[in-house]
Amino acid sequence: MEQIFFYIFSILAIISAVMVVSVRNAVHSAFYLIVCFLQVAAIFILLRAPFLAAVQVFVYVGAVMVLFLFAVMVLDIGKEQFKEHLHTQAIPAIVTVIALFATMGYLVSQGRITVPLGKFTEEALSKNTEVIGKSLFTQYIFPFEVVSLLLLIALVGAIVLVLKEKKGKQA
Amino acid sequence: MMPDISTILEVLLIFVKVGVVTMILFGLPLPLTWLERKIAGHIQVRLGPWRVGPHGLLQPFADMIKLLFKEDIIPDKADKFLFKIAPLLSMVPAFAVFVAVPFGDKLMIPFINKEVTLYISDMNVGVLYILAISGLGIYGLILGGWASNSKYALLGGLRSSAQMISYEIAISFAAIGVVMIANSLSLVDIVNDQGNGILSWNIFYLPVGPVWFMIFFIASLAEINRIPFDLTEDEGTLASGFHTEYSGMRFAFFMLAEYIAMVTVSILSVIFFFGGWHSPLNIPLPIPPIFWLVAKVAAFIYFFMWIRFTLPRYRYDQLMTIGWKVLIPISLVNILITGLLRI
Repeated sequence: MEQIFFYIFSILAIISAVMVVSVRNAVHSAFYLIVCFLQVAAIFILLRAPFLAAVQVFVYVGAVMVLFLFAVMVLDIGKEQFKEHLHTQAIPAIVTVIALFATMGYLVSQGRITVPLGKFTEEALSKNTEVIGKSLFTQYIFPFEVVSLLLLIALVGAIVLVLKEKKGKQA
Repeated sequence: MMPDISTILEVLLIFVKVGVVTMILFGLPLPLTWLERKIAGHIQVRLGPWRVGPHGLLQPFADMIKLLFKEDIIPDKADKFLFKIAPLLSMVPAFAVFVAVPFGDKLMIPFINKEVTLYISDMNVGVLYILAISGLGIYGLILGGWASNSKYALLGGLRSSAQMISYEIAISFAAIGVVMIANSLSLVDIVNDQGNGILSWNIFYLPVGPVWFMIFFIASLAEINRIPFDLTEDEGTLASGFHTEYSGMRFAFFMLAEYIAMVTVSILSVIFFFGGWHSPLNIPLPIPPIFWLVAKVAAFIYFFMWIRFTLPRYRYDQLMTIGWKVLIPISLVNILITGLLRI
């Protein structure tokens, strides 16, 4: 049963991901990217990670993609421009994908990637959010703080960029 | 492998619950549109709908028939695919939110002696799920506005996306405040935390409770695009915003989504701050808990309508100022105070 769902979600995710790079219109690709993200969220639920799924929908689908769409609409990227853009990236992209598949295939055939199914405890399932929160603030406090610092820097950077633009206009 | 009979019953029960909730939600906009027009009428010293049926009670049905038979116009230069799918994109999340909304605790069904929970699912990420899914409704507005290929619709869509992003932060902060007070992300736990009469409701968690409620209320007014924050369909400057080009049933879907969003926000306010299905006094009365929930939600819906016909609309820059320079700083300070109180 679960496998059927997994295949539905993953096939949809792959189809929509291919559509993201193959459609001509920037707004359409944004739309397909939303579909793709939603499928990934569904797969997270199948993997018993409801918190990750909710965050995936909340942050990526809910906030990041709205900003994407906003930028695409404001910039009004022409259709032809978009086509050319895709064209120049086709060869490097294919090379990267082949390299990725080769690495993954090697690792899987060597048995380096194992599926940690069955390792989760009952507590981690029913109190998923609590467990994640506790480990974030105890075991992984240092990486967590580093990431939040990075985000703060990005935030300040964005504000500085906007400020400079305004001064330039006035002068 | 055949699943045993109890599992099948469980699954069937979920289907029945989903069906019932969906039917209620499809039906709700009928009385709500009538109420909204009646309230508008009486506030503006008019009678409101009067001609179809006694007191205009059949007016929603007349409207429904009109919308069903109206020609579904798709503009020539519109993006056909997105134009057609956009109303569904705004409607489906509005319904999907109700998967996590609890309407009560457990209920004994008298004849089959089986306990039934009055919610479809009590997730341990309930609050996050509701915030995430209700945020998705925005895509109907943005993509519909863009696909119409009309400047008014596009501007409406752009405005709504900026508005949504800004106020979603404030709403999430308010939700965090409630989660901090209740110590849980599950909505059922949040309600049960407020079970000891009116003074245990989160709105009376002094001094932060009322502040969280104000933040939540103002931000949700902006989230569901109602006056004084309905800049996305500002008819003075934008014709009617993102749905300028829509007609017939597609337009009705947008309206449906909007009314359901109002119901969602009312229920969330009641669950987060007004004790959910618990009665205000801690005296055992022969009143079912669901009555309290419905009564409180109805009061909130009336409040939303009352505001709509009382306040003028904000200017767009004022809207952004309120969101970023007032609500978010207050939320940050409030989180600090709540944290200190909870130590």
